[in-house]
Amino acid sequence: MEFNFITVAFIVFSLITLGGAIGVVTCINLFRGTIWLMVSLFGVAGLMVLLSAEFLAAVQVLVYIGAIAILFTFAVMLTRSITSDKMRFTRVWVNVISAGILFVLFALGVIYPVWVANAATHFPVTDAGLATTTDLGVALVSGSQFVLPFEVAGLLLTAAMIGAIVIARDADDEGN
Amino acid sequence: MPPAVPTEFFVMLSMILFALGAMGVLLRKNAILVFMSVELMLNSANLALAAFARQWNEMDGHIFVFFVMTVAAAEVAIGLALIVAIFRHKQSINIDDLHQLEG
Repeated sequence: MEFNFITVAFIVFSLITLGGAIGVVTCINLFRGTIWLMVSLFGVAGLMVLLSAEFLAAVQVLVYIGAIAILFTFAVMLTRSITSDKMRFTRVWVNVISAGILFVLFALGVIYPVWVANAATHFPVTDAGLATTTDLGVALVSGSQFVLPFEVAGLLLTAAMIGAIVIARDADDEGN
Repeated sequence: MPPAVPTEFFVMLSMILFALGAMGVLLRKNAILVFMSVELMLNSANLALAAFARQWNEMDGHIFVFFVMTVAAAEVAIGLALIVAIFRHKQSINIDDLHQLEG
């Protein structure tokens, strides 16, 4: 991997993503945790641009940073759950080692198939000829492709919104 | 146009992000932070899907990421509503306090 603009952008966005993730996992103040989550999600949006998925990058910013992270901020404020210094982590070493083992298993599962077993059939990627946002939009509404999953997703979102209102409503308000 | 970043690097990054998210789920005591770590894991899966979509020049990966984002939005709405309801009921969202279903 030689040194050029795209490489630099990849490294910068990777560091943003991983730094944000580390901030989420280790933060003391819960509100700062939501800010770190936004940083990490922004890094992923940048990486989506590098992957020539501009539409997904825009959706990432709108849905994840614009909606989900804001919902988290509201939840943090509604529950007054800014955590104290004690009661922060459970069984630190056991869990860190478990996550480490998980990572090693992932690494083995990726490195062996990619660099050992299938090294001969490896071919370089190009950004040419990738699907554009127009193709994505056509695929989502054309009858022969993904229109049914698209409608089901709409139904799911509606049901989830109604369910969230029902769950979060105060039981004392029932009579009003 | 300089050559694109190889897919392997995106997969490695996705792996590290997933392991960090899993560590957050295991490690944190606050239900909201556990939830945020789940979001990190979902994002790492999205990243890997988008990287593979580019590798194979297929659109299906992008479609899948789109639906994962939809489900994640629904899941967050429901999950945070549940957390707020639990907090109202128990005045705590420490996951060690939520053990009514323990056998």
